[in-house]
Amino acid sequence: MRIYALRRCIAILALSLILGVSASRVGAQGKNPYAGDAKVAKLGEFEFRANCAFCHGLGAHGGGRGPDLTRTPKKHGDSDAEIFNTINNGVPGTAMPPNGATQQGVGMTEEEIWQVVTYIRSVEKKPGKMSGDAKHGRELFYGSDGCATCHMFDGKGGRLGPDLTSAGTSRSTEYLVESMRDPSRRLAQGISEAMKEFSAEYETVDVVTNDGTNYKGTLLNEDSFTIQFLDTREQVHSFDKASLKSWNKSRQSLMPVYDEKALPEKDLQDLLAFLVTGAAGGAK
Amino acid sequence: MKSKLILGFGLITVLSTAAVAQVTSQRLLNAGQEPQNWLMYSGDYAGRRFSALQEIKVGNTEKLVPKWAYQTMAGGKFETTPLVVDGIMYGTGQDDRAFALDARTGRPIWQYQRALPQDIRPCCGRVNRGLAIFGDKLFMGTLDSHVMALDTKTGNVIWDVAAVDYTKGYSFTLAPLVIKNLVLVGVSGGEYGIRGFIDAYDANTGARKWRFYTVPAPGEPGSESWEGESWKIGGSPAWITGTYDVETNTTFWTTGNPSPSNRGEGRAGDNLYSNSLLAIDPDTGKLKWYFQFTQHDEHDYDATQVPVMVDRSAVAGQKDVDGRKLILQANRNGFFYVIDRTNGKLIRAESYAKVSWTKEKDANGRPVPAKEGSPTPEGNRVCPGAAGATNWMSPTYDPQTKLFYVTAREQCDVFSTAPQPYQAGHAYYGSAYFPNDDAAPFYGALRAIDPDTGKIKWEWKHPSPTWSGVLSTAGGVVFTGDAEGNFIALDAASGKALWHFQCGASVYSSPMTYAVDGKQYVAVAAGTALFTFGLP
Repeated sequence: MRIYALRRCIAILALSLILGVSASRVGAQGKNPYAGDAKVAKLGEFEFRANCAFCHGLGAHGGGRGPDLTRTPKKHGDSDAEIFNTINNGVPGTAMPPNGATQQGVGMTEEEIWQVVTYIRSVEKKPGKMSGDAKHGRELFYGSDGCATCHMFDGKGGRLGPDLTSAGTSRSTEYLVESMRDPSRRLAQGISEAMKEFSAEYETVDVVTNDGTNYKGTLLNEDSFTIQFLDTREQVHSFDKASLKSWNKSRQSLMPVYDEKALPEKDLQDLLAFLVTGAAGGAK
Repeated sequence: MKSKLILGFGLITVLSTAAVAQVTSQRLLNAGQEPQNWLMYSGDYAGRRFSALQEIKVGNTEKLVPKWAYQTMAGGKFETTPLVVDGIMYGTGQDDRAFALDARTGRPIWQYQRALPQDIRPCCGRVNRGLAIFGDKLFMGTLDSHVMALDTKTGNVIWDVAAVDYTKGYSFTLAPLVIKNLVLVGVSGGEYGIRGFIDAYDANTGARKWRFYTVPAPGEPGSESWEGESWKIGGSPAWITGTYDVETNTTFWTTGNPSPSNRGEGRAGDNLYSNSLLAIDPDTGKLKWYFQFTQHDEHDYDATQVPVMVDRSAVAGQKDVDGRKLILQANRNGFFYVIDRTNGKLIRAESYAKVSWTKEKDANGRPVPAKEGSPTPEGNRVCPGAAGATNWMSPTYDPQTKLFYVTAREQCDVFSTAPQPYQAGHAYYGSAYFPNDDAAPFYGALRAIDPDTGKIKWEWKHPSPTWSGVLSTAGGVVFTGDAEGNFIALDAASGKALWHFQCGASVYSSPMTYAVDGKQYVAVAAGTALFTFGLP
């Protein structure tokens, strides 16, 4: 039985910090002994599914949790040895755990990590040039498209939606596009508690207090008895559910749908360019 | 490593009883008759997790207050159900800690922590679910696959035996079960291609008296259910504490997934005795009968849920169970089973959570796996998900309401194949799984099932799937926890919440209750602390 097996991205960072678990991580790095070997890449694909795909998606295309690994260059180092190290040691300050620190036995062997590196190399796409204009994207973000009303980037902007400073590098392009075109399809994740299996999500909250005051906002956290949320005026509230006249939680995002009409394809590409290159340190 | 604290202790007269074995077989058999104590993992041999204590009852439960907390300061899941014997509480913690506490105040009396090797192979956390007690000894299974006896008064190690080579992926996480003079343990390691077993050790010496392999070898009955050599790495661990019927001298154990857990290729057949209920003679370790819940499993549907013994009176009013001796089990595969425990015959199986892995039952009433439920490279969505409709957390049976309470998990997963060669001591899953992407959020629920009909009488919905077990009490109150950190008391009859306390971390344990000096306490482990509650 595996009860935690692939829930690892969620609370694992906190877990491994608490535990200080180093397990028996493998040591050696250097050259990938299997570089370019298609058979090894296939083995690596299976290892990837078992160990990585929960966050990085089947096919390594990324998901709501982990970045698209078919993209190059890699944010935390793009040589085989650096990718090996990223897998083996994790990325401090992110949800990427060190190999073997997931309370799941002893982690991948050195050979298996190389298999995964070989697999990732086999699915990489040539670095696609962002077609959009990052500078214009920035103007849209802070200006007419109103993104900054609810999202922060580099410490500037609103609070109702997720901070997007690192979204461009930690999420796949497909995910970012989907988040704009169809924001309710997959809600962004909110707080992850150390031992809790599932993170909170940016659900929409609609509350009526006993004196008839109506608040709308996004969920911060919740349990069976209480609810915490940020209202559209960016005020934090906490209520005992039993004290409310009514409360409702919805998976219909507060974020408007940015369809072709609201956000023409070119502007969308500009925004993407801003999020991706801005996140990488450009377009300041 | 062990630190000792010698305390003057007013509650028990240590000197006058020192020469007398404290916990006898008779006391264990009649555990339900001394409800101030909690003498084994599930409270009694029937596995009911029910207490006759009723100081805390519907009408005063809302007055419950925290009495004390004990901090292990250890991270990871804290899964223990402590024992309480005559005013002393005995529990275990992460990384094979053990401790004795003054059950009235929470003050430690002794503490033990095993020096574990670096390369142990826990599957799902460095956990331990508790101790067993007999005479003046406590028994613990360890993550490096040892079974050991600790002295109840000091925590000194009395004996310590290696059961099996932990580097092959074996470990112990369960609380042992003592029957007569034997300490029974079942092994964990279904993720590593182990060959599962249940062992019995002499309580006095630690000598192994028998071993029952849960995967038969060629020539033995059931071996035909394995393809080729696959039996050698067939998994089928037995990682949750069994129950015991003294009348027929039968101990009931349950087993987990065949290995690899999510890939059936290479192990064609039913894969006995994986995902099964086993009726075993505790004196000899011989199998009397078995009942397999999920054949040729590809979804990690371990049957390791406590098999609860319930006797129905001759006039229970339900023809098919009147006068019968039953095992009730809400299985990880989503079905609630009623089984005749005298012969292993299925009486009924009804789903209690969303199920898609099967669509029909065979002539014997057993669910038949649907072909389209098998994992594929692209992934196949199946309910329940890999963590199951429930899991190892204990259910409870309340003889007053005659209801069976279980923590249900409503979650579906996408199962994708990931074949890998077997390698000793290395994780051996055979597939990967992911929460499916549909918009319906996952949730958990405490469900009260009427065993006579299989119908759900009430449910208490949790915001997310939870890992807490359930306790029922004669006060008409059931206790459970949730992933949001609440410890909750509910009216056993109606499911109405009466009281709750925020523990500050998800509850991964099954609560228990006890009394000292006539005052009732309820205890639960959460985060790094063991909390107890009582009336002011």
